[in-house]
Amino acid sequence: MATYKLQINGRTYQTEAEPDTPLLWVLRDNLGLVGTKYGCGISACGACTVHVNGQAIRSCTYPVAAVGTSKVTTIEGLSAKGDHPVQQAWDEVDVAQCGYCQAGQIMTAAAFLKTNPKPSAEEIENAMHGNICRCGAYHRIKEAVKLASTKI
Amino acid sequence: MASTTSRRDFLKMTATVGGGLLLGFHWLEAEAEASVFNAALSGTGAEFNSYLSISSDNVITIFSPNPELGQNIMTSFPMIVAEELEADWTKVKVLQAPLDTKRFERQVTGGSGAVPHSWKRLRTAGATAKQMLVQAAAKRWNVSDTECKAEMGVVTHLASGRKLSYGELAADAAALPAPQDVKLKDRKDFKLIGKIVKNVENHNIHTGKPLYGLDYSKPGMLFAMIQRPLAFGKKLKSVDSTAAKSMPGIVDVVKFKNNVAVVGKSTWQVMKARKALKLEYEDDRAIESSADHDRIFSELMDGDKATVRRKDGDVNAAFQSAAKVIKAEYQCPFLPHNPMEPMNFFAHVREDGVELVGPSQTPGSARAETAKLLGIPEDKITLELTRLGGGFGRRLMTDYVVEAAELSSIIKAPVKVIWSREDDMAGGYYRPAVRYRFEAALDDKGNMIGYKLRGVGINAGNPTRENNFPSGAVDNLLIESVDHRSPISTAPFRAPITNFLAFAEQAFLDEVAQAAGKDPVQFRLDLLQRAKSNPVGAIRYNPDRMIGVINLAAEKSGWGQKKDVAQGFSVYFSHASYVAQVAEVEMKNKKPSVKKIYAATDCGEVINLSGARQQVLGGIVDGLGHAMYSYLTFKDGAAEQNNFHKYRLIRMKEVPEIEAHFVDNGIEPTGLGEPSLPPTGGAVANAIFKATGKRIRNQPFINDEVFKVKSV
Repeated sequence: MATYKLQINGRTYQTEAEPDTPLLWVLRDNLGLVGTKYGCGISACGACTVHVNGQAIRSCTYPVAAVGTSKVTTIEGLSAKGDHPVQQAWDEVDVAQCGYCQAGQIMTAAAFLKTNPKPSAEEIENAMHGNICRCGAYHRIKEAVKLASTKI
Repeated sequence: MASTTSRRDFLKMTATVGGGLLLGFHWLEAEAEASVFNAALSGTGAEFNSYLSISSDNVITIFSPNPELGQNIMTSFPMIVAEELEADWTKVKVLQAPLDTKRFERQVTGGSGAVPHSWKRLRTAGATAKQMLVQAAAKRWNVSDTECKAEMGVVTHLASGRKLSYGELAADAAALPAPQDVKLKDRKDFKLIGKIVKNVENHNIHTGKPLYGLDYSKPGMLFAMIQRPLAFGKKLKSVDSTAAKSMPGIVDVVKFKNNVAVVGKSTWQVMKARKALKLEYEDDRAIESSADHDRIFSELMDGDKATVRRKDGDVNAAFQSAAKVIKAEYQCPFLPHNPMEPMNFFAHVREDGVELVGPSQTPGSARAETAKLLGIPEDKITLELTRLGGGFGRRLMTDYVVEAAELSSIIKAPVKVIWSREDDMAGGYYRPAVRYRFEAALDDKGNMIGYKLRGVGINAGNPTRENNFPSGAVDNLLIESVDHRSPISTAPFRAPITNFLAFAEQAFLDEVAQAAGKDPVQFRLDLLQRAKSNPVGAIRYNPDRMIGVINLAAEKSGWGQKKDVAQGFSVYFSHASYVAQVAEVEMKNKKPSVKKIYAATDCGEVINLSGARQQVLGGIVDGLGHAMYSYLTFKDGAAEQNNFHKYRLIRMKEVPEIEAHFVDNGIEPTGLGEPSLPPTGGAVANAIFKATGKRIRNQPFINDEVFKVKSV
């Protein structure tokens, strides 16, 4: 066990974990930040996507020891009131079905739009292709990313 | 919020309406932001004894009793109540109810049956409450209630213009006797039903609130993962848990039945320790591989033993006199359900009772099974429903609930059992593998005079739907089935049986239409005219509704009028609704590529146009994805695909444009969670045939030679 001071959503959290513990489980089990989801554990579905220094990463395979002083943003910290342009777009388009994958989808979209604020349809598809939605809400995810790009 | 309301604050007026729903009102002193699990906590019977409540400050709280897994029932159920209540939708709060068989009926998500079952009950509940509010207002003004009108949460005295809000009236209204035989609204006056209403849980979903079973925790709770046999047909011989037990955070390692449970203080510690178990298994039952299943299919297909499901006329004579006989076999693989949230459940078995919390499509069965296992009465068990991160039929099973309860009873501690994706995919339940053989006899005019279907399944039960189309439209017909009992466990999968049968049947009928030299749409319409005017035997479907969706799909897609794209047609009746689809395929780099799918749906009254479109699009994506890409094979009893790197689910770039249309016929709702899925595979396969001249008869399509052509 080692002690970590983690910069998450603008706060400092101190917690103990084994160094190989994926950030996902530190967030969920140690810190109660359960908005980040477990889907596959092998970086294959995108449900666990968070931002580390603004980059979208798969937290299910990202060891806590690698976080260091990086700034972590989770779905809980994407905006203070849940009104980030991507969150707004998700609401306006009414994207969610079961909703389980949507935190990962939103975090992927938010990081993507930061690097490419006016993407083409094809660029959106490429950016979102790694996130599985088992309910098949892909049409609305695509539409919401497009809509969010007009709000940023 | 409910936790701040004490029992005496309730105005206890409840009345039975609408066949068993309890309708009541109570006063909420304070409205605080609800924790997402509060509904469950407050619904255990201590504080809420009602289905619908109205607070003094006009907040209308509606409990949603059914498990929510993405079918959007938490929005559509309250919409139905609010419509008849003439409520202001912005003042409606929706809470998930816990399992409570005294208050609610059919707390099940399955069979596309929730709205059809509850439509009248919910409307009556809303209309009754509205009438009581009107009566309370009339009494206060000393006028007749026919002089008053309820709208947007306010009752108005039409002559004087006086107004009272529902909140101001709730206490008086609740004290009145509930009127019987209230009048329901005319559909032309609907303000919510049929409109686009956003998911009531959007904000919680978009901000990562704890909603799902996997998110649930409580102080003192332990985490557990269970090592189950890695292959079907094996049983546990021995386990050495010495190393696992000594690992950090591990509290206990427990063996029960064929399971070894690793119990600890966090998910990751448990996951790691589980890998340190030394396990030995031995053969217990048949050890089967997919190659065995192919052999079994062939043997049973040609065998002389089968259960006759339906027999009309004289099939042998029809085939002997036929001018042409068409015969084809179709096969589908096992599929895991793969809800994005893996299986999990919380259980706390105490001396005085049992607490269960988690995602279940059948909480009533889960509780009954738990009671049976523990040998205690059901009323000693509470079950709180979380939101479900998908279900697709997997959560109709109760294994993962009972298992959590059993573990908690052994370790005498609150515990959440978590399945890994690998546990879920390789050790759960599957859509059964099935092979069908279809045969059709045509006379010299191209009329289908005989039809035979034999379905052979691996733990599929009856893999036919013998009273569905085209039964009733063919004079001589034989439908039979054979089931192979296997150690591989199977379960209903969204649109059970029809999720594959529809593809096989609709693709085969396309073959028959081609052999008869008829247009596939006209061929089906002719059969339906026969079923309508002079049906052969009993039928379960309504030919007119099927004709309706066929015509709408043909019209919207420009069927038969497009030169630059290959179209395929399919129509299916499942559960109680009708969906016709036209798929359009283009060749891209010498391979077929699905560009667009048109869907025409008759599900009766559409409740929420947003949710309804989601169900249609989602069902089509589900049907397309699994038909195109997904399969699960077995080697020596073990699944060969155990996570998304080996098992392909459809992703964004593979999804075509979809246009969803609904038949507006105003009949009562007939369900929409599943019926859009079955037709998709057939429409796509038929379009691929149009584009390539090749029939695809096995799923997944991606393994067919038409997709193996080298790109330019």
